[in-house]
Amino acid sequence: MTGRDAAFLFIVIFGGTGGELAVTHTMKRVGEVQSFYPHHLLRVILRAFRSGWMWFGLSLMTISFFSLLMLLSWENVSFVVPVTALSYVLGAFGGKFLLGERVEPRRWVGVALVCLGVLLVCVG
Amino acid sequence: MKLPHRLHGKTICLIGLMAIFGSLGDVLLRKGMKQIGAVSNWHPEALLTTFDRTFHSGPIWLGISSLLLFFIAYLLVLSWADYSYVQPASATGYLFVAVLGYLLLGEVVPWMRWIGVLVICLGVLLVGGTPPRTTEER
Repeated sequence: MTGRDAAFLFIVIFGGTGGELAVTHTMKRVGEVQSFYPHHLLRVILRAFRSGWMWFGLSLMTISFFSLLMLLSWENVSFVVPVTALSYVLGAFGGKFLLGERVEPRRWVGVALVCLGVLLVCVG
Repeated sequence: MKLPHRLHGKTICLIGLMAIFGSLGDVLLRKGMKQIGAVSNWHPEALLTTFDRTFHSGPIWLGISSLLLFFIAYLLVLSWADYSYVQPASATGYLFVAVLGYLLLGEVVPWMRWIGVLVICLGVLLVGGTPPRTTEER
């Protein structure tokens, strides 16, 4: 992995995870989706898009998306996508400290295995 | 916190859709970017040309459509399940990405990378065994 790849990977991970945390925050405020009828779903989505957090999250995800496109122009998808799994560490910490979720020890072990897998992908 | 059975069923179903659409979307994006070529010229004009070519590429639009379907499934599942549960549980998509990259794009996937992807999936299985929601319902 080159320094350029690492820099774009950093943007993909932080932008993507930050965006996902902001979107999760929005959806938790919107509440559980109980009905899957199209007009009910549309109402939920419109409600979500009235939140500033949703737009903030989408902006971060857009930056992350364009960085991912750059990475995919240089490297194979079977390398790039598994390596972005490093966001799991960030996601678990973000879920715990920003959203107040209780992350069980078993989840931490799972997240650690994901990290080990990413390491093997990089070595491979 | 114990959840009713209906939540587990629809959570697994939507995470499955996320894995399929997410990985297919990534593979299509790679196909599109491979056709466009590696971005190596950082001059604004050259970047604009690349940007223009990117958004005139069929595989890129198919990839974006697939990722949009992934995103809708993702939004729905996040309305009841924890982020720290959904994010790792959707990682089964990594296996699909490696398989699709190998089968559809002819990528060379070294054995160490396959092992890495399987270890990621093992982590996913562990995470999947924990309850989908740990925070109190609003």
